[in-house]
Amino acid sequence: MLEMFLTYLKVFLVGGLICMLGQILIIKTKITSSRILVLFVCIGAVLEAAGLYDPLVNFGKAGATVPITGFGRSLAKGAIQGVKEMGFIGAFTGGLTATAAGITCAVVSAFIFGLIFNSKTKKF
Amino acid sequence: MKKEKHISRNEQYNIYVESKIPKTKSFPTLIWAFLVGGLICMIGQGISDGLMALFPNMGQEEASAWVSVILIFIASLLTGLGWYDRIGVFAGAGSIVPITGFSNSITSPAVEFKKEGIIFGLCVKMFTVAGPVIVCGLVISFLTGLIYLIF
Repeated sequence: MLEMFLTYLKVFLVGGLICMLGQILIIKTKITSSRILVLFVCIGAVLEAAGLYDPLVNFGKAGATVPITGFGRSLAKGAIQGVKEMGFIGAFTGGLTATAAGITCAVVSAFIFGLIFNSKTKKF
Repeated sequence: MKKEKHISRNEQYNIYVESKIPKTKSFPTLIWAFLVGGLICMIGQGISDGLMALFPNMGQEEASAWVSVILIFIASLLTGLGWYDRIGVFAGAGSIVPITGFSNSITSPAVEFKKEGIIFGLCVKMFTVAGPVIVCGLVISFLTGLIYLIF
């Protein structure tokens, strides 16, 4: 029970800190949200390539995989996996294979909900 | 003389714009970003643990793919309903940085630009934010694979 509590505490701390880092960037540099996404994906991929992201995942579990840096990590990890299994062609196929579920789900659900819902005028 | 007037008018305009930009109070948003971001990750961990308890032969990789799919689907639905933006108002990066923010960035323009047509509105504008993310991500992914192959 205590172990489970500790795991969720770590998840909360790691995930929260990554998001807080993004918020600090927004406040300090007035960076737009799309650039935050691009930057964090790149950071995640580079950290994974350098072998620094796996320890973070072992420590923070979903706290490290759910933020968008985890998406970048999957892209890099997939490419390395692909090269291991298939050689050069794996560098092309690996990244998208590892993230296929996420990207496809995002596009399909955006298409469906885009058709269903109409944009509302923002009141805030 | 005339030029000076122009500059001052520009400055006045800048001051006006500055006054209209919504002020984000830095300290509360930091805390909210931390809390909301942490909470979304905890929900992800909960889904992962729940799935692995329900289906004992499910591996870690498969479970985390399911976590992404479920979180992305929920975020897309909430965006369509217009609720996700309300979280974003006070949570800032707490709603952008998790994978749910990626989903929001695809669904939001899709809903917004539907009125310009299904193909040229919804389908094209869907990738205004996600496009650069996928492009940069894939380039780095390819380079990583290439570097790994060489060394």
